[in-house]
Amino acid sequence: MRYLLPPAILLFAFLAYTVPGRPRDDGLIHITYWEKWTGFEGDAMRAVVNAFNTSQDRIRVDMLTVSQIDQKMLLATAGGVPPDVAGLWGYNVNVYADKGALLPLDDYMRQAGLGPSHYLPAYWNIGYYKGHVWALPSTPATTALHWNRTLFREAGLDPDRPPRTIEELDEYAKRLTKKDAHGNLIQAGFMHSEPGWWNWAWGYYFGGKLWDGKSRITVASPENIRAFKWVQSYARKYGSTQLQIFRSGFGSFSSPQNAFLSRPPKVAMVVQGVWMHNFISKYSPGLDWAAAPFPYPKDRPDLANTTVAEEDVLVIPRGAKHPDAAFEFIKFVNSQKGMEMLCLGHRKNSPLSQVSDEFFRKHENPYIRVFHELAKSKNAVSTPPLGIWNEYRDELSAAFDNIWLLKQTPEQALGAVQQRMQAKLDVELARRRMRDRALAASSQGVAR
Amino acid sequence: MTSPGRVSRSRLEKSVARLRPSPGVVASPPERRRGGLGLRRQETLSGLLFISPWIVGFGAFLLYPILASFYYSISDYSVLERPVVVGLANYRQLMGDEVFWKALGNTIYYAAFSLPLGLVLALSLALLLNTGVKGMALYRTIFFLPSMVPTVALAILWLWIFNGQYGILNYLLSMIGLTGPGWLSDPAWSKAALIVLALWGVGHAVVIYLAGLQDVPVHLYEAADLDGASPWQKIRHVTLPMISPVIQFNLIMGVIGTFQVFAVPYVMAPGGQPARSAYMYAVYLYDNSFLYLKMGYASAMAWMLFLMVLILTLVALKFSSRHVHYGG
Repeated sequence: MRYLLPPAILLFAFLAYTVPGRPRDDGLIHITYWEKWTGFEGDAMRAVVNAFNTSQDRIRVDMLTVSQIDQKMLLATAGGVPPDVAGLWGYNVNVYADKGALLPLDDYMRQAGLGPSHYLPAYWNIGYYKGHVWALPSTPATTALHWNRTLFREAGLDPDRPPRTIEELDEYAKRLTKKDAHGNLIQAGFMHSEPGWWNWAWGYYFGGKLWDGKSRITVASPENIRAFKWVQSYARKYGSTQLQIFRSGFGSFSSPQNAFLSRPPKVAMVVQGVWMHNFISKYSPGLDWAAAPFPYPKDRPDLANTTVAEEDVLVIPRGAKHPDAAFEFIKFVNSQKGMEMLCLGHRKNSPLSQVSDEFFRKHENPYIRVFHELAKSKNAVSTPPLGIWNEYRDELSAAFDNIWLLKQTPEQALGAVQQRMQAKLDVELARRRMRDRALAASSQGVAR
Repeated sequence: MTSPGRVSRSRLEKSVARLRPSPGVVASPPERRRGGLGLRRQETLSGLLFISPWIVGFGAFLLYPILASFYYSISDYSVLERPVVVGLANYRQLMGDEVFWKALGNTIYYAAFSLPLGLVLALSLALLLNTGVKGMALYRTIFFLPSMVPTVALAILWLWIFNGQYGILNYLLSMIGLTGPGWLSDPAWSKAALIVLALWGVGHAVVIYLAGLQDVPVHLYEAADLDGASPWQKIRHVTLPMISPVIQFNLIMGVIGTFQVFAVPYVMAPGGQPARSAYMYAVYLYDNSFLYLKMGYASAMAWMLFLMVLILTLVALKFSSRHVHYGG
């Protein structure tokens, strides 16, 4: 009989892990919420979650901090055990909506009386795709030119007057670039590759678009080529190898060795988001800085206030156990009270069309109004809502490298991207059509 | 501590003894015994039961994924939607994919350099470590330690060693008057950086070579000494032929390993930056499956890799059979 003990123990262990525990019978609906934030950002969201939990007695939100949340949410949804609410990035929405991973929120929105007028258009459009609402904002951001006022003074420039046109930016960059006796760079006026998070967006500053909205990739348009010629001009002017070596010595972004924050600073002007203030106050509190909209080409004043509008979003994955309760929570976060609490905690701007004056008064970022105005700009751009965006972005990244390293001309690099991405888009659209046909045929067959 | 073999045999004898008919019962031939299985079949059944944990594991974790992967490679599958069979479309698309050829080229370049260099380095180290100098055990440990460091920690460490501006490597090169390249930020040198890092992990091969070297019969060396052979001649004519099976083993394992290199390039050069110069096959496979959600396409890549490594392994086996001596 003794030899039955090991299998018995194994069986017991197996059952203990697989048989689900008894549901908590405290009469409340418990919903799981996966979010990516840690540190003060996580704390800010936790405060909102607590506010929601204490404001009513039907639903409890259990927030869990998860790394690599886009992949984990994907796998959990594919496995049939997704969280009730997940905090993704805005650029995940198209891809995941296309693959059927998300629950459309249109009915919930209608019942709650929420609609596009509640939000700023730039942020509403990120969650709205192919006629449905798939995601609602949690925290937004816009990008602007940040500059180091001390370095401006040293170079004899007015610290309160940023460059307004691209040509002025080039001029300022020349005066702010310093080399040592051997000709190595010790300070750069402006570097496109710092931080290099929006290399896909340079074309937009010159009026170029990446996609016509339907079925054509437009990366090789004249405006985009002009933009990347401008990018390449810096590599030619300051030396591609020099820039590469200089850049490889930059510390990690979130550290006192950040190129913009280090002492002495390595870069005088950077494109950064509304969150930059948090990193400045943490890693370089004495920095004398300012922010303003990124310059526009002198012959295109209509492109003023071009900015990249991004946001973190809240979604309800398909297969969530408590979608109604999940939306209750999302609705609370999207209320003016909940959203301002969250955005003040994150020190970002608000995605809602209604913002209280108190929000601006209490806000720690001294330039918050700049970011807010940029969010309302008609030139606010976001990642194109393409299902194959990840591949497009990687192609653009490789093209940027080739252009920046002077390995290819912009015409060559963008032409190659155009050819490959158009082929991929055609394949993707054909694939969608084939799948839809196959699914329609099979459902007809089943019905019959 | 009893060996597993002994336990199973006694238990097997016990279960077999239980099956023999007791003296009182009319003994009928086992095959025609009503209601029971034959003795041989009972033994087979017991055997199968004993290895059933392995069969279950093999089936669930190896066989099923392999078959599923083949099924996905002939379908369009994005993890979130059900797979739709499309025949050989994925393979055809692969043939026309420039990034696929670039990644494959990078991987072949990497393998072509790191394999021979690794082999030579590991063998040289093993020969040196086999000379019987004082403190040999300490040296062996030191040379084996680098391959024990977790790959990701290693990659992050070397990211800084390879740094173009502040890296130790370039500093050392500058001390002998050379200006080091940008390594990981220079497309011409990024693969070289990965190859240098691959050589860091030769510890495993060194240990295997050492074991092989111990096996070389001493009398052969004595005979060589009598014939007046120099150390180099001894290596060439005694050592190398006698450890040729070990070299072949390391070569085949090396081929299989280098073509699948993933962790280091993924950490040091995600996306193959700069300009896809360090884009390895397995990293592109991973990007396709989890980033672009083209699991079917990635599965096709996996099967292509399997075929390529299989062909290379067979070629290596065939080619080296002439040079490999199993003896002594």
